[in-house]
Amino acid sequence: MSDAAAPRWDSEPILTVEHLTMRFGGLVAIGDLSFNAGRGDITALIGPNGAGKTTVFNCITGFYKPTEGRIVLRHGEGRGPHAVSELTSSGRQWDAADGNGVFLLERMPDHEIAWHAKVARTFQNIRLFGGMTVLENLLVAQHNKLMIASNYTIGGIFNLPGYRRAREAAIERAVYWLKQINLLDRADDPASDLPYGAQRRLEIARSLCSEPHLLCLDEPAAGLNANESAELNELIRFVRDEHGVSVLLIEHDMGVVMEISDHIVVLDYGVKISDGPAEAVRKDPKVIAAYLGVEDEEVEEHLEAGE
Amino acid sequence: MADDAAGSVTTTSSLGEQRDVEAWKSAAAGEPPAHAMPWHGPVIAASLKDAVLVALVAAALGFFFLGLRTEIGVGTLEMTTRWNVLIIAILVVFVARLVLNLLVFKTSRPITTGIDRLAPSASALALIGRVLGPLLLVVAVALPFLLLEFAGGRARQFIDLAILILTYIMLGWGLNIVVGLAGLLDLGYVAFYAVGAYSFGLLAHYSGLGFWVCLPVAGFLAAMWGLILGFPVLRLRGDYLAIVTLAFGEIIRIILLNWYDFTNGPDGISGIPKPTFFGLEFSRGDDGFDAFFGLKYSSLHRFIWLYYIILALALVTNFVTHRLRRLPIGRAWEALREDEIACRSLGINTRNTKLTAFAMGAMFGGFAGSFFATRQGFISPESFTFIESAIILAIVVLGGLGSQIGVVLAAIVMIGGIEMLRNLNFLKEVFGPNFEPTHYRMLIFGLAMVFIMVWKPRGLVTSREPSAVLKEKKRIGADMVAQGEGH
Repeated sequence: MSDAAAPRWDSEPILTVEHLTMRFGGLVAIGDLSFNAGRGDITALIGPNGAGKTTVFNCITGFYKPTEGRIVLRHGEGRGPHAVSELTSSGRQWDAADGNGVFLLERMPDHEIAWHAKVARTFQNIRLFGGMTVLENLLVAQHNKLMIASNYTIGGIFNLPGYRRAREAAIERAVYWLKQINLLDRADDPASDLPYGAQRRLEIARSLCSEPHLLCLDEPAAGLNANESAELNELIRFVRDEHGVSVLLIEHDMGVVMEISDHIVVLDYGVKISDGPAEAVRKDPKVIAAYLGVEDEEVEEHLEAGE
Repeated sequence: MADDAAGSVTTTSSLGEQRDVEAWKSAAAGEPPAHAMPWHGPVIAASLKDAVLVALVAAALGFFFLGLRTEIGVGTLEMTTRWNVLIIAILVVFVARLVLNLLVFKTSRPITTGIDRLAPSASALALIGRVLGPLLLVVAVALPFLLLEFAGGRARQFIDLAILILTYIMLGWGLNIVVGLAGLLDLGYVAFYAVGAYSFGLLAHYSGLGFWVCLPVAGFLAAMWGLILGFPVLRLRGDYLAIVTLAFGEIIRIILLNWYDFTNGPDGISGIPKPTFFGLEFSRGDDGFDAFFGLKYSSLHRFIWLYYIILALALVTNFVTHRLRRLPIGRAWEALREDEIACRSLGINTRNTKLTAFAMGAMFGGFAGSFFATRQGFISPESFTFIESAIILAIVVLGGLGSQIGVVLAAIVMIGGIEMLRNLNFLKEVFGPNFEPTHYRMLIFGLAMVFIMVWKPRGLVTSREPSAVLKEKKRIGADMVAQGEGH
């Protein structure tokens, strides 16, 4: 697994998870997990049911406070090597200027992670604003920006030009993403009226409207048919290539994972069992054992015999 | 709703909807779907059996409530029995249930099938919706003069009733921000009404300030109390939130009741000044309103002025709410009602969003309270009991959560309805001169509310207007819109 040249996720990580531990009472959901996600990479987090993947997501996006560990997110490369340790000992949550920044996500509340650190996420069971229209959903995602443009509502009440421009721009961005996900003609329909696949796409578009640096997708292909899965792959690639968004995804559909991921991290019972490019992970006997449920001794034997 | 959910268990196309997921869960837990099984047996036998069962329930309940009666005798309680009342009640229940069974519940062709078709179509409703608002506004502006013209001697009574209705409309609109838009169930809204009323009452009592100076102060203080209530309940949702807000409403009232030195306790505050007309008082003297304009003195003028004050206050409430709904803050309120976790994942500070909703709602409650104090001239904690909160909440729910025009209709029905039921003397001709219709006022009112909730479970106005439109404005049916249970 150790390549000659360091892979991108180690040389240029956007996200660094170090010794992450999450305990719920006596249950260790994640035990001492460390991994990197590269800037501009599509990183997949996979593992059998109950391996702790969604818990990792909830820690990264601030919905859970990790019991132990550090989660660092970086904007740009302008920060020196000591920036992280300096920030950690300073006791502050984040430090950013001119597009470069370091964020200690384990210290930040969830909404500030979304707004300042620019980490967007989707949910396993889709969480759209069902009674609001598709367009409204995308406008809610740009709430903070519009809030500032409306001078925290004062300017909005008097419909000042600054707010009007910001609103136009917000609708423009919404329309752009609606075009990308082929939902422009349904912009004025309530979100819960959309078919399942469209709701998944809309949720992704909504998180993209907040202009994230890191997009966390929790099982985006769940419940999609082959055709929709292929469209989803294209959308994820498009987001990465055209908008420079790094993607971290949880997925059970191995077709999707193997096709689009640059880097795969495998979890089992809260512990990392494999980490590397798709090819290497696919052949890793530990991964095969975790998925097929082979006894531990057999894996040991296989490892001793094979390598 | 339940039928929809259960019906789509077998279809996979709309898996994503929350209620389908719930239906799946209940199906997986081995619970039967919520469908009633179609009845195939003989209708009359089944109806009789059901009616007998229901009559038995009535008998069991009525045995204690109707059959037995204790009266205070000399040094003891004397128990008397009223078997005739009990038997009549059981018979009424039996016959009513039997008739309903035969005509509606058990038959294959219920007579109620035609009722749905009586409701106007969607396009007609949209037209009514467009016309109704401006029409009501015109009527509201012209109302005092219409009443003076046509109601004759009873004009004053009707203007007073209109003022009362408008007060409740304003309170309903204020609470609508908290409950209808932000989805935070607030059972203690009367607390802010009380804060507004007492702010003005105490300021007038101790420092002699007038209505127009105290009005903004009262609104501001009520908004502050909204924030103070908001902080401890930020993490609560649904039923728990309702309980804490209920307690808050009672706390305010009990403090007002017991802080005798400051608030004058149960004796209340009297002599609260009336609002002036740009400095002119509505008095009989030479410097009064009527003398200044050369009019003949009439106490009606003060009522008309009060009417226009509350109309203006209510319209300001409506206008501000209307604007806020189209601004980011209003959208965030509604998003909060739909899904709080998704809001947080999008960077919305749910704490601030909830607090602004509480503060805005409380502020309008405070304005209304201040108006209440000046209109009555006397306030005491009696006026701010839980029943007021319940009535305001009922207006919001009955009108349709989040609907502005619905609040108007519901307030007219509820407040106007209760008052109109005082005038049921024609019933004396039906039931004989001994019949006292006012005794049955609340019964009729309760039945009417049950009927409305059966007929329109989501309230009178059940669609939501989108806050931003790209091409075509489509109203959103209430079954899509979350009610803020806080899932």
